[in-house]
Amino acid sequence: MSTKVPMLPNPPVPNRAVSFDPDICTGCNRCVEICRSNVLMPNPERGAAPIVLYPDECWYCANCVEECPFPGAITLVHPLHQSISVIWKRIETGKEFRPGMKNPPPPADVDPPL
Amino acid sequence: MTTWHEVLQKHGSLPAWPYPIRYGKERVLRTDVLILGGGIAGSHAAINARRRGVQVTVMEKCASKWSGNGGAGVDHWLSACTNPCSTVSPEDFTRRILADCGGYDCGPLRYINAREGWDALLDCERMGMQIRDTKGQFEGAAFRDNDTGLLFAYDYESRIDLRVYGHNVKPCLHQEMKRLGVQLLDRVMLTTLLTAESERGTRVVGAMGLHTRTGELVVVQAKATVLATGLPGRLWLFSTENRPTFRDPNLTAEGAAAAWNAGAAFALLETSYPDPSPMGYLAYGVGNAHNTWHGCSIVDANGVEVPWVDRDGVEFNGIEDRFRPSPDQDYTVGHGLRVPPSYENHVRELTPDLPERIRAGEFVLPLYADLTRLPAHERRAIFGLMVGNEGKTRIPVYDMLTKAGFDPDCDLLQAPVMPPEAYSHANFWSGLPHPQWHQWGSGGVVVDWDLKTNLEGFFAAGGAIFGAGAHSSAAASGRYAGRKAAHFAQAAPDEEIDSMQIEREKARVYAPLQDPGRDVLGWKELNAGICRVMQDCCGAARSRETLEQGLRLLEGLRESEAARTFAANPHELARTVECLSLLTAGEAVIHASLAREASSELLGFQRLDFPEVDPPAWEKLVTIRRARKGVEVEKLPLDVHLQTPNAASYEENYRLHAGLDDAGEGGGR
Repeated sequence: MSTKVPMLPNPPVPNRAVSFDPDICTGCNRCVEICRSNVLMPNPERGAAPIVLYPDECWYCANCVEECPFPGAITLVHPLHQSISVIWKRIETGKEFRPGMKNPPPPADVDPPL
Repeated sequence: MTTWHEVLQKHGSLPAWPYPIRYGKERVLRTDVLILGGGIAGSHAAINARRRGVQVTVMEKCASKWSGNGGAGVDHWLSACTNPCSTVSPEDFTRRILADCGGYDCGPLRYINAREGWDALLDCERMGMQIRDTKGQFEGAAFRDNDTGLLFAYDYESRIDLRVYGHNVKPCLHQEMKRLGVQLLDRVMLTTLLTAESERGTRVVGAMGLHTRTGELVVVQAKATVLATGLPGRLWLFSTENRPTFRDPNLTAEGAAAAWNAGAAFALLETSYPDPSPMGYLAYGVGNAHNTWHGCSIVDANGVEVPWVDRDGVEFNGIEDRFRPSPDQDYTVGHGLRVPPSYENHVRELTPDLPERIRAGEFVLPLYADLTRLPAHERRAIFGLMVGNEGKTRIPVYDMLTKAGFDPDCDLLQAPVMPPEAYSHANFWSGLPHPQWHQWGSGGVVVDWDLKTNLEGFFAAGGAIFGAGAHSSAAASGRYAGRKAAHFAQAAPDEEIDSMQIEREKARVYAPLQDPGRDVLGWKELNAGICRVMQDCCGAARSRETLEQGLRLLEGLRESEAARTFAANPHELARTVECLSLLTAGEAVIHASLAREASSELLGFQRLDFPEVDPPAWEKLVTIRRARKGVEVEKLPLDVHLQTPNAASYEENYRLHAGLDDAGEGGGR
């Protein structure tokens, strides 16, 4: 906990729209080049993940994820007021799940989309 | 550490704008055919114009590889009446749709969609998009034709709506544009049309655009121009915070505003529809049985299944019967075409009395989509083919859900919990509308059978045309307009552009870069203010007094707040210029609302001062255009496209105008 506290405006909502994994992302900026809304900006630090400058203008098309050559480098993060009502229930157990929950279940063992 | 806040806290200084700043600079280009908007309609137009040997330039605000409202993917190819399995003729289909719309629709656009949509789909197949089940994944399914491998939706008997593997439709179109040598101007946003002699109502001779990253202006001189800018948004509703994510926030009104300013005639601008989107849920990502999810079983909290009914309200049990017309019905009209429901076009649906039955305790919330009750082919068609290829479902829904653990074979996907009245329609993700929240209706430029507007050299395609349509309509009309624009350009003379016009536009576009000193606004607040005027003065109920006040308020915003809006970088500049276009589009919508002096149920249009609903004298297309002085209004018969000098049938007009050559361009043969 730092005692050096800067003055900053509130973070925009949604806070980030996409999340980068710095261990996988190489900063190639393919996502920056494809984003229709200029949500992402190249990072001045060479090789670093792009800066999410305008998360409030994201359309959630995920074309950045689609174009990314390194799976797992970018994850789409739906705004909380959208993802909180995405809920499913296992028929057998009656247990409820949602994206973002604490202690999430493993990914489903299903085929990719056609 | 990748949000702006994180970077700022780590480095302690503002990162510099990453692109070169080119304010005040301009690039001048010449082309034969200029396409405004590189989405679905614009891409097909560009490809088809270029195939005719002319130079083609596409001005696209975003990145053309995936951009456009339909650029994120397509799962339904609607109204493909000329596919080899269809039982419906394009003429019959168009007459059915026009009748269901009460005539308030664009006949040529519908007919071209029905006649040529299949050819546009074959074009996409040649470019690499999968349009049929080539691997036998759905062998034996009722919705699969064994000879062609085509997969059908909504109505397995008439077979006019197809299920397609279209998530990559736009990269395929983009690749083809590059292969053919179409010049792509990405990140350049249309700001104005250029007209001969700088006069309104004269020939369109090009356009100007603003680069959204550098602030450079681009001037394109063209022999023919195609408006393919899609459906405007952000006019009644705008919030970046508590917003749904269904609509592309880049869809604004610069195409409509530029066409209006140049003097193009519009129809149906007075139409607007209630928009529930602020209350909307993740599209296609929560339990529902609509569109992409059509036919899915819905159960209540106790596992009791909600019944499906036919057009007479009679419940039935068979799951495949959800995809069939009634025995005495010719065919059904699928979701997504924006055609009012009628007895004739009825698609089988969840029982519409569900709200009352929830209130009475027969069904207990929450409801769930239960894919496990469907036969395996139907389950995989909905969750795998449709959810997987529709725009924004492959990663945002399919990938997100399955990675988080959702298994369609074991789990129920919950429908949002809402008041009972929200369950009257199976599109549970749309939420409940508010009377003042509206969205752009069927307004657009008026075209003739060449898809040409009233302005010489100026054509239109897709959502820019009045009337409604869907992805296949944008594709087919783009294809058609591209041919017609190329044909025009081949014979048209060059026209010099008056430099005064360019200088005037430069001053207008760059004005928000001047720091107004005090009481500065940003583009978001300006956008929200414009929306409030439209909600209040041009919402559910309109009258002369409130509409005229709306015009005064928009003009006031233009003079005062818009003049104090400051743009700190090229991105904000583009967004601010969008707002100026929204002001213009809002004025055009209000003028159109003033011009229709009657209420209309079919148009969802209420005038408090003209309460009579659909009086025969007003069963007309009311067209308006900005003239050299004031606004000119004209009333046209609803079937103007079938009246002299046009032929009496859609088919004959198409034959006379389509401009097909013999090089395999189709035309539904």
